[in-house]
Amino acid sequence: MALSEPILHVALYEGKGARALAPSERFETIRSLLSKGVAVRRADDPGLTDVWIGDFVSLVPDPTTTAVSIGSDAFDGHLSESRQKKGAAATASWKPWFPVIDYDRCTNCMQCLSFCLFGVYGVDSDRKLQVQNQDQCKTNCPACSRVCPEAAIMFPKYKAGPINGDLVSDADLQREKMKVDISSLLGGDVYALLRERSEKARSRFSKERDSDKALAERQKCLTKLASVASDIPPEVLASLPSPEEIARRAEAAAAKAKAALGL
Amino acid sequence: MTPPRILYCHCQYAQVLPSEVKEGVLRKLCESGVAFEAVADLCELSARKDPLLKELTSNGGLKIAACYPRAVKWLFSAGGVALDPSMTEICNLRTESIETAIDGLLRPELHPNLPTSAKAEPSSPS
Repeated sequence: MALSEPILHVALYEGKGARALAPSERFETIRSLLSKGVAVRRADDPGLTDVWIGDFVSLVPDPTTTAVSIGSDAFDGHLSESRQKKGAAATASWKPWFPVIDYDRCTNCMQCLSFCLFGVYGVDSDRKLQVQNQDQCKTNCPACSRVCPEAAIMFPKYKAGPINGDLVSDADLQREKMKVDISSLLGGDVYALLRERSEKARSRFSKERDSDKALAERQKCLTKLASVASDIPPEVLASLPSPEEIARRAEAAAAKAKAALGL
Repeated sequence: MTPPRILYCHCQYAQVLPSEVKEGVLRKLCESGVAFEAVADLCELSARKDPLLKELTSNGGLKIAACYPRAVKWLFSAGGVALDPSMTEICNLRTESIETAIDGLLRPELHPNLPTSAKAEPSSPS
């Protein structure tokens, strides 16, 4: 999956030269196309269109664009061919889960950039925070939104507000600040905690290199991380790198944030 | 005057929109016979910086059936397109009924409701 892959655009044509569909048929056709990840225009002007579909009687609306007849046996095959021709994204190749910044709230503090282990965040040429690698975000993990003191990070597919984009209340802001404070009480941030654990583990591993114990240590660190940020899904925790690697990435992210802030 | 264009998001890859609401709104749009754009997932359009985002904002008003206005506003922004607050109305399929959403989408006039300020909403007394 690459974000540079475009989306296939289809126009459902019911104008001159094509039969008008019954509303239920129109609904089923569009719903079926949406389930395939296609964008559909229900209009008789071409607009942004890769493929025309319709129940064509005579005219094809634009001979330079592929036209596919609804109900033909080759319908799915034609769509698939058009997708390949355009180099378009495959159906459901990626669940679009990534942070969206509310720049009305963001103060450019770089806490999210410093926190994220997966390189989702970066800065533009003006050192302004940006979400640069949406496809590196861990599906269903809203952890970075938890460290934002201004509730400026949204995940539109998240279950609850304000992370889902609902209005931010005073109570939400107080809660966010409290979370940051809790994190501080645990040693600056959760990665500091992991680094400390990592140091202890390293010194112990130098004496006894037992892979089972190493795994147990990692599990302890991840459990601690989960207790600090309870929204992190287990599968994300399970796929996290080793404590040493976490510490290395955290330091790299912190350095990136410092550089962005000009420190 | 050109009627506002309509964009419908099916939120195909998540279960956050009540299915009866999103399917009900899509069904009524299909029954109405109006022209509209339907996309599988607005988040995906944003991440892929799809040219449709730009096209939709290039000519007159726009009504969007998707999720929270704050999320929609910044999804467009992340996709490289600034929504015009005076020309955009969002129907929130996470909170609105089919009837409310479809009334908003099909009525000819536009009721802009894009958030414009960072002020927090006062908490309701508990």
